[in-house]
Amino acid sequence: MFDNVDWSEIGRATVDTLLMLGGSLVLTVILGVPLGVLLYLSGKGRLAANPVLNAVLSFVVNVLRSVPFIILLIVMLPVTVLLVGTSLGVAGAIPPLVVGAAPFYARLVETALREVDKGVVEATQAMGGSTFQIVTRALLPEALPGVIAGATVTAIALVSYTAMAGVVGAGGLGDLAVRFGYQRFQTDVMVVTVVLLLVLVQILQMIGDRVVAAVSHR
Amino acid sequence: MIRLEGVTRRYRSAAGERVALDSADLHVAKGEVFGVVGRSGAGKSTLIRTINRLETPDAGKVFVDGQEITALNPAELRAARRRIGMIFQHFNLLNAKTIAQNVAFPLRLEGRPEAEVKARTAELLERLGLSEHANKHPAQLSGGQKQRVGIARALACGPGVLLCDEATSALDPETTEEILTLLDGLNRDLGLTIVLITHQMEVVRRVCDRVAVLKDGRIVEQGATADVFLHPQHPVTRAMLAEGEEAFDASVVPAGARLAKLTFRGASTYEPELSRVARSVGVDYSILSGRISRIRGEPYGQLVVAFTGGDAEAAVAQLTARGVSVESVLGEAA
Repeated sequence: MFDNVDWSEIGRATVDTLLMLGGSLVLTVILGVPLGVLLYLSGKGRLAANPVLNAVLSFVVNVLRSVPFIILLIVMLPVTVLLVGTSLGVAGAIPPLVVGAAPFYARLVETALREVDKGVVEATQAMGGSTFQIVTRALLPEALPGVIAGATVTAIALVSYTAMAGVVGAGGLGDLAVRFGYQRFQTDVMVVTVVLLLVLVQILQMIGDRVVAAVSHR
Repeated sequence: MIRLEGVTRRYRSAAGERVALDSADLHVAKGEVFGVVGRSGAGKSTLIRTINRLETPDAGKVFVDGQEITALNPAELRAARRRIGMIFQHFNLLNAKTIAQNVAFPLRLEGRPEAEVKARTAELLERLGLSEHANKHPAQLSGGQKQRVGIARALACGPGVLLCDEATSALDPETTEEILTLLDGLNRDLGLTIVLITHQMEVVRRVCDRVAVLKDGRIVEQGATADVFLHPQHPVTRAMLAEGEEAFDASVVPAGARLAKLTFRGASTYEPELSRVARSVGVDYSILSGRISRIRGEPYGQLVVAFTGGDAEAAVAQLTARGVSVESVLGEAA
């Protein structure tokens, strides 16, 4: 069993996957939260209702979300080189991962904000809160469980995206699975990588659920 | 303290335009408890929201404490709102914050020094009997406790005005009474001007000095609560007051009786006026319906009686002379 498995190779690939996941998740949250807030605020009947801005943001988000990730990887190649100087390795994988995941996450953030009772917004307005204060001190704290649950879902989607990024030279567990497990018929390598990805997803879900439970006060 | 001049608010939708508030004029004196009643959809909510401009009127002016709210720029409006507290039907507390953080919230929004925030929050929690709940979250509290947190939060910045948007409508009768007692106390102790909207006539009867009745966005009647409640002029007011009252059954009216509605107010409520008059005139009476209660602490009694077997007119004249208000009741028995 596991004759073909080079455990140090597996270790390196796991670290690469974790780096890609960590880096892209952080950037996705940094971009996705403000984008989600803008989508929410510019929506009909909201604090900064702006049909034009909302339509434009919505369109861009929908376009990016409807491009299959494998296509986005290839389309993004020149942009990636421009941004990080290479299209290979962990660094080369992060821009397409973020562009693929941030719009998805922004929608989840928008949904979480919509779930906040509008009475809370009204009360904060009545207390003399500015729009910025309403967002940062009332809306986001109230929506935190949803924002974190959304980050969990996004992180898990990113795990499968990192596996795909492996195909265009990003490295990581997905790359191993394709190069050895698929192209060289090394089923044992395939099994090990799949099990590791599965464990990773389970851990992410567990952490996400625990954090959500800790910040929920309903 | 609060003045509305020709305030109009329209809502536009695909279905067309709807006038929620139609040139409303209102004046609320400093230190007064003012009630606005009406059925759902009458425009009560819109009216109270124009006072702190959560709703911006399409026409008309709103003044609070001499300041024209409708003319303020956004920064001035935020400053003015801090001087106007507001509580809500569903409390609108922040679930993610503790009770103490909720009460401190408006002070932190205003950027007061942390030491002052702490001291003021502790004082408010103490005053409203919430100290033991300081570190709990709203979900752990009962409705009445949540509304007390809402009141503490509304008072945090030391407002001169408190707006109550159906503040007791989600509470049971006992808790409603508790909250009304609290509001009454705040009005008396702090001289807080209170505007409350409600569809519960009991709430107005209990705490309001004056009342306005809204129908289809128009103020159809307003005045001192006792005057409006004991001698309602508009059909809507009458209908709202009649709900929950036992109307007398016309078939029980004795033949040849003279029906009269007698209203006693103040100390005379507890005097045996009716009996004295009946004895001196030699008339009999039967009480068909009645209520002895208080409006804003002032006792009153209102009875529908049927005079029989004597000079009913003389009895009416004597009662009137003794300060009892006598109104004819429709359908004198044949």
